[in-house]
Amino acid sequence: MDQSRPAPAPGPHRLALEGIVKRFAGAVLANDHIDLALRPGEIHALLGENGAGKSTLVKIIYGVLHADEGRVLWEGQPVTISSPARARALGIGMVFQHFSLFESLTVTENVQLALDGRQGENLAQAIDEVAGRYGLALDPKQRICDLSVGERQRVEIVRCLLQNPRLLIMDEPTSVLTPSEVESLFVTLRRLAGEGVSILYISHKLDEIRALCHRATILRAGRVVGACDPATTSTRDLARLMIGEDPGALERRDPPVWPHAAGDEAPRLELERLSMDAESPFAPPLTDVSLKVRSGEIVGIAGVAGNGQGTLLAALSGEHRAPRPEAVRVDGVAVGHLGPAARRDLGLAVVPEERLGRGAVPELSLAENALLSSYRSGALVRRGLIDRTRAHGLARTIIERFGVRAGGSRAAAGSLSGGNLQKFIIGRELLQKPRLLIASQPTWGVDAGAAAAIHRALLELRNQGGALLIISQDLDELFAIADRIAVLCAGRLSATRPVHEVSLEQVGLMMGGLFDDVPTPAPEARS
Amino acid sequence: MKMFLHLEARGEPSRLWIWAAPLMAVFLTLAVGSALFAALGKDPLQALNGFFIMPVSTLYGATELLVKAAPLALIAVGLAVGFRGGVWNIGAEGQLTLGAITGGGLALALGAVDSPLVLPAVLLAGVLGGMAWAAIPALLRTRFHANEILTSLMLTYVAQLLLGWLVHGPWRDPHGFNFPETAPFSPHAILPVLLEGTRLHLGIPLAGVVILAVWALLARGFIGFQIKVMGLAPRAGAYAGFRQNRLVWFSLLLSGGLAGLAGFSEAAGPIGQLQPALSPGYGFTAIIVAFLGRLHPVGIVLAALFMALTYLGGETVQLFMGLPLAVTGVFQGLILFFLLACDVLILYRVRVGRRPAPGVS
Amino acid sequence: MEPTLASSLAEAGAAATALIGAMARAATPLALAATGELVTEKAGVLNLGVEGMMLMGAVSAFAVTVATGSPVLGLGAAIGAGMLMGLVFAGLTLSLRTNQVATGLALTLFGVGLSAFVGRDFVGTPLTALPGLSIPGLSDLPVLGPLLFGHDPLVYLSVALIALVSWFLGRTRGGLIVRAVGENHDAAHSLGHDVLLVRYGAVLFGGALCGLAGAYLSLVYTPMWVENMTAGRGWIALALVVFATWKPWRVLLGAWLFGGVTILQLHAQGLGVQIPSQFLSMLPYLATILVLVLISRDAMRVRLSAPACLGKAFHPEH
Repeated sequence: MDQSRPAPAPGPHRLALEGIVKRFAGAVLANDHIDLALRPGEIHALLGENGAGKSTLVKIIYGVLHADEGRVLWEGQPVTISSPARARALGIGMVFQHFSLFESLTVTENVQLALDGRQGENLAQAIDEVAGRYGLALDPKQRICDLSVGERQRVEIVRCLLQNPRLLIMDEPTSVLTPSEVESLFVTLRRLAGEGVSILYISHKLDEIRALCHRATILRAGRVVGACDPATTSTRDLARLMIGEDPGALERRDPPVWPHAAGDEAPRLELERLSMDAESPFAPPLTDVSLKVRSGEIVGIAGVAGNGQGTLLAALSGEHRAPRPEAVRVDGVAVGHLGPAARRDLGLAVVPEERLGRGAVPELSLAENALLSSYRSGALVRRGLIDRTRAHGLARTIIERFGVRAGGSRAAAGSLSGGNLQKFIIGRELLQKPRLLIASQPTWGVDAGAAAAIHRALLELRNQGGALLIISQDLDELFAIADRIAVLCAGRLSATRPVHEVSLEQVGLMMGGLFDDVPTPAPEARS
Repeated sequence: MKMFLHLEARGEPSRLWIWAAPLMAVFLTLAVGSALFAALGKDPLQALNGFFIMPVSTLYGATELLVKAAPLALIAVGLAVGFRGGVWNIGAEGQLTLGAITGGGLALALGAVDSPLVLPAVLLAGVLGGMAWAAIPALLRTRFHANEILTSLMLTYVAQLLLGWLVHGPWRDPHGFNFPETAPFSPHAILPVLLEGTRLHLGIPLAGVVILAVWALLARGFIGFQIKVMGLAPRAGAYAGFRQNRLVWFSLLLSGGLAGLAGFSEAAGPIGQLQPALSPGYGFTAIIVAFLGRLHPVGIVLAALFMALTYLGGETVQLFMGLPLAVTGVFQGLILFFLLACDVLILYRVRVGRRPAPGVS
Repeated sequence: MEPTLASSLAEAGAAATALIGAMARAATPLALAATGELVTEKAGVLNLGVEGMMLMGAVSAFAVTVATGSPVLGLGAAIGAGMLMGLVFAGLTLSLRTNQVATGLALTLFGVGLSAFVGRDFVGTPLTALPGLSIPGLSDLPVLGPLLFGHDPLVYLSVALIALVSWFLGRTRGGLIVRAVGENHDAAHSLGHDVLLVRYGAVLFGGALCGLAGAYLSLVYTPMWVENMTAGRGWIALALVVFATWKPWRVLLGAWLFGGVTILQLHAQGLGVQIPSQFLSMLPYLATILVLVLISRDAMRVRLSAPACLGKAFHPEH
């Protein structure tokens, strides 16, 4: 692996940060005296958990945010990066985590917007040329909304490359890619580095960083806590630096609890050739999705974002009705035509991907947010009137039972940290004693401690005989907690496989849509 | 562009400014109003006195304030329910007109029928008329996704033309010297005056009761909670299983019904018949009242009193100082602007000057 | 007397010319205001204050024209008044991030009040209408001359402006930036485009055209000042933008359709149709509702063509 990583050229640093400080309202130090230096041709990892301050730092480098203190040196000269335009003029390009693309505009128009005044037909030619040189196939005339996530990232990269950057910032570029797309991205990045471009690579995926980067700077809680050569540092040491403690492995699970070993009991959840249009014009429709989830097991659905996960969740929760009632069954009852409230009455609970604005209303108190999905149970609402005492009581119970750090039941949901709000939402759903829980990205953007607590709670529900369906883009998460796994790609769902019978590579192939190339495992063995 | 004004988000909404912002808006309006009066060559203090103090310095004036505030508060409370849920009914003036037409029509049809049921019947007809008119935008939004702002407003013009046709044509009082107005309602269909020598009528305490009921509904009722969720985060409402269409219908019917009640109360209270110009724009002013009152019933009552004062003040300064009546409209617009601007202080601190220079200590 | 073929043809031609002329006059204020609002909305700002800006334009144009005798100065005053109103709106919604719906409503209510206040001394003042354009040679052509070349200059200006806006939005870099800001303001910001500056510009342009539309009403359409003389045209213009699915040339089509409905109503009255005038006057409003319903029925289509950031506040520090 080391052969593919030629040492960066010696000489002055391309970019050096000295003592960068950024404060946000409420006196939180997002960046606390950060130093960082990159040489030409160096691929430099910026490693840290969500909330460690990585995104704030790169936004400062790219001129989107402005530092409160500190110095920025570019090619040895102190500079003021007042705006992204200034950053680009210096030779800094950035590929954003959440792409900054314009859905209704064409590839060419999107590229044109990032360039200063370059016009005309030559642009389409220039796009073709750059795309060809780095293996980034694109049709300049297509509109962004018709592109896959991987193609969108190519547009972002091509857009940066056309400005001949000397520093390329990549913010979590692989979180939305399939393993094979990741490989081809790395080929492109190595070629760029070989040409002398410095790359600042932001990630929290340790294996990727070890495979790709020359140096790594590790951030925790806004500070630099270490720097190392990732190739010679073990994954475990990197993780310890990043998290600050030994990341004790999730305790080994008990084998699946299948009380219905005879197999005659109806599955808790059954999807039967479910096909439906997406709620947004920019997502693929679901096609012939079939699936069974039994009590006492966790079924994981893997897949790259934008492959129909949102539609699937809405179809399961009842926010989006299925065309045929029989396409969705809960405990044998056809529910495809029922709304969320009626499905809740059958013992279904749902944790949506978006915490703010869907799973919870940020402006409302925790008591009101407890009411949001629990209003059908516990006599919280009687004769059309809300029992406020009970609602506050429920919120306090959730806070205590699930270790939510919050300023009481009156605190606004928006004032909680991501992890604590997620614990609150999952706690709220679990307290309804669901027979079937469906959760999307249950630990997305959540700190390690909260993620472990959430995983424990989910496993506990499973061990008590609950049926769980977890939709996640985090393969590590699914391999850690799921009993069976399936992959969603372009609105189609693969067959489910027991987790211990598939490898990461096989799941990766399926995420690329190659369902049939993966050898069929031995018939489901239940010992 | 370097920003001259720099907004800095507060972590939490400021409790102080939630209440101070409306007061500051009133103060700023008075300041600009004084400047306006001075520009017109009038002594600002005298004019402000004429505008805000003189009208309510007599018992009659004070009761007139209530007469004007009651329909404003009644309509605004209904509108506020919808505004909380993102349902923008701005056609209350039309629903008010329809309420007057249906209530007035029934009153005219019943003629001299003498029964204690006449008054409740005509009031109910007024409510139903307003509801029916608001049902059109509700249907068009829920069935065809047509924007209710535009449809409810277009229907206001239609309602006013309809009233115009009725009082010029089929419903014109044959003994009315060809004036475009209907015959006076019979005494049984009139809201009785409560205080001799004033126009304080039964419609005012009635409005108070209705406003209290809506308050209870908003504060304790589950439907109020659903509407609030729908307004703040529609996707959370859908996730919870609240039926958006039902909430749209509910808010439009409620606000339409209250506007209809206010409309017929105007016709059956201070006026006593149908005329082409029933309301001095109560349906539009109520939009300002709803915002000024922070979409909260208590605030709305206070805001309605203040706005009613601008109507009386406009009449007073016209009478005594020869100032144009249109001053009222200017004041009403100004106060809403200032309120919207002052509300920024609830969520943000305003810093004047350039942003801190980036990247350099 | 036997009417000859030639004289009947001439009569029919004259009637058609009059009809087209009347349609053009009814359509032009709608086309101007809707074009202005279209540009504003393309940049992602929903300004519901069109009616208020038109009224201020109408009263300013009238007052200045009466005072100076120069309709050109009057038009200039209307543009200035519209832009000032736009500036108030932009300052509140863009710099102070107030709710665009509430602020737009406030702008309309304020415009109604202020225009009545400013115009109180002008009610009943007479004014001669702006003369039609007269191009020697062309305007004298039989039938075609008056049909194509006999209108007042603002009719041509409205068509030219729509062509200009269509070209600007579709073919220039500036137009691309306006569309980008309306589509995704965060992305535009991160690429270094000044979202607020673009939006200020778009709102001011919208204000200028709405002011001009108001001036057309008080100087040309009915040369006088009456309180609230826009009579809902600002709101109809807002509906036209939806009808046009944010495409400039469709705005023109829509405006002329509405001009047709208005004229139909006036002519039906003139032809002695036995329908009360109030019902005929309802036609444009009912037509607006009908058009909105027809176009909105396909929710997906409206969603795809509407600027994605329409009506959303922009927070640059996030």
